[in-house]
Amino acid sequence: MNDRLSARFAACRADNRAALVTFVTAGDPDLETSAAILAALPAAGADIIEIGMPFTDPMADGAAIQAGNLRSLAGGTRLRDVLAMVQAFRATDADTPLILMGYFNPILAYGPDRFAADAAAAGLDGTIVVDLPPEEADELVPHLGAHGLHLVRLATPTTDVARLPRVLEGASGFLYYVAVAGVTGANAATATDIAAAVARLKASTALPIAVGFGVRSPEQAAAIAVHADAVVVGSALVDAIGAAAAERANDIPARVGAQVAALAGAIRTARHQEAAA
Amino acid sequence: MNIATSLRAGPDANGHFGAFGGRYVAETLMPLILELEAAYEAAKADPAFKAEFDDLMTHYVGRPSPLYFAERLTHHLAKVAAAQGQPGGGAKIYLKRDELNHTGAHKINNCIGQILLAKRMGKTRIIAETGAGQHGVATATVAARFGLPCTIYMGSRDIARQAPNVFRMKLLGAEVRAVESGSKTLKDAMNDALRDWVTNVHDTFYIIGTAAGPHPYPAMVRDFQSVIGTEAREQILAREGKLPDLLVAAIGGGSNAIGLFHPFLDDSSVRMVGVEASGHGLESGAHAASLAGGRPGVLHGNKTMLLQDEDGQITEAHSISAGLDYPGIGPEHAWLHAIGRVEYQAATDDEALEAFKLLCAIEGIIPALEPSHALAAIARMAPTMAADQLIVANLCGRGDKDIFTVAEALGVTL
Repeated sequence: MNDRLSARFAACRADNRAALVTFVTAGDPDLETSAAILAALPAAGADIIEIGMPFTDPMADGAAIQAGNLRSLAGGTRLRDVLAMVQAFRATDADTPLILMGYFNPILAYGPDRFAADAAAAGLDGTIVVDLPPEEADELVPHLGAHGLHLVRLATPTTDVARLPRVLEGASGFLYYVAVAGVTGANAATATDIAAAVARLKASTALPIAVGFGVRSPEQAAAIAVHADAVVVGSALVDAIGAAAAERANDIPARVGAQVAALAGAIRTARHQEAAA
Repeated sequence: MNIATSLRAGPDANGHFGAFGGRYVAETLMPLILELEAAYEAAKADPAFKAEFDDLMTHYVGRPSPLYFAERLTHHLAKVAAAQGQPGGGAKIYLKRDELNHTGAHKINNCIGQILLAKRMGKTRIIAETGAGQHGVATATVAARFGLPCTIYMGSRDIARQAPNVFRMKLLGAEVRAVESGSKTLKDAMNDALRDWVTNVHDTFYIIGTAAGPHPYPAMVRDFQSVIGTEAREQILAREGKLPDLLVAAIGGGSNAIGLFHPFLDDSSVRMVGVEASGHGLESGAHAASLAGGRPGVLHGNKTMLLQDEDGQITEAHSISAGLDYPGIGPEHAWLHAIGRVEYQAATDDEALEAFKLLCAIEGIIPALEPSHALAAIARMAPTMAADQLIVANLCGRGDKDIFTVAEALGVTL
């Protein structure tokens, strides 16, 4: 199995800090700007990057990421463009893990086998397929495995003890804990709830736990970083990209970079401040 | 026919009809879907559940709906047969009058079943999506009847073309939320209803209106709608002493069609035709015929035939009928199509309008635009059949809601 992810989690653990996972939609607001945003993320402090594959009907996403998907599709982004973007990124960055996140239908249309082969060749590390629960995953999982790609699974507040083993079976890379029952960009869960959930999940798996959904500010990110192995921020970045695109800003990558740097700074000091307090 | 070879035995334990169906939902919903499935299985086995369903069907919905011999339509198409020089003389046409149900369409059958299940599960809030507004009205109706708050998601484009139904829903106490995303029609309303459900899983029951969505919805909706075919089968046997030769029903998601067809699936002598909406014509690209013009894909929790581009992006459907304006179809239909048990045809907006006008003029029945597509297919097929052959068509909705759309299409200002 590809080990950029485990190397990155090990490095963060050695630093006694959580990893920052950033989500942006490929092709949002256009392919060129999107590639520049991607290139700016590691230097700004993103440890792991999730790239959204645009889909017309992102039913698990809130308004921000829906809008990002539609901006990207309006510009004509295709799955092959997303993979080309991954490949270009990988040519200049050999270490930052890249996870493709999206819905199953574009993968099905591309062909699950061809998708896994092309994604691995482009330098991708794994995928999250939001609408592909373990019950339906047989059409994709063997192909991911054959090409050394991680399948990152989601656990949620509704994932009870009866359900969790099913979710963990075949999960790899890390476990993505969806902190609130809802769509992306919704209200945040409390730090107490998150701490309890992370402890519960850690009792069942050795996989690193990343926590996302509703994490917008450096303060929220820091509060979660005390407990979780990684913090995922998506809608806040996509919102900022949308706002900057609306005003036709030409410094979108720099703006996103500054936002990510603030999140990264908060996460990097979170556990030390917690220990000092 | 034994169970193993019955075409009525599906889906399998994971909700698959052959290569179609299943549960393609976000993990947040999976435990809920599994809970729903268990609750539905328990309800099916409980005689008290069936008794309450049957009682409401009789006294609230007004079932059984009549099976009406459309004598003048039959004679009219016999004349067409003669004019065409067809030797058979034209089939005898019966209409299953589900448009006479409370709320004016077949949609109420399913809503009664699902709200009883919601009550049984202790859910306190109802949501639904709607296209033409018939399912929204039916859901708002049962929510009012059972005293539960109700939110209906409806595409803003559909709100504009179905104003009377929007007002009906509001009168019934429902909140109608306009959906502005995507094509602003049924598919987008379903996206937003799913988003609501995933956010309010603890207290909310999602009443899906068609035989699609994640398992167990396609099977559950089919079961509740099968009252149509079960009645029709008894009625035609009582009336004619034999099974029909042909069943015809319009298909959007396909709930009225599967409801009519399912009780006859093992009767191999019965031919079945589902009629998709081909809008401006299949070659125009502006249609809603997901079997004729689609490919297998995954949307709204199930794998089925979908209108999509080569990248798997869902394309917009078009039909003059808001109720058929959906880029997918129920997974059981996708399977019945794949195995060839049911034949699927298409009717254009113009053909449906002609059939609409014909039924108004010669039978004194204003049909909804949805079953007008089925009537258009009958106008093509009946003349080619023999005079002793029987057609049963599902008149699944009344056309009162459509008079503004029809007036506009005919260039009339109301």
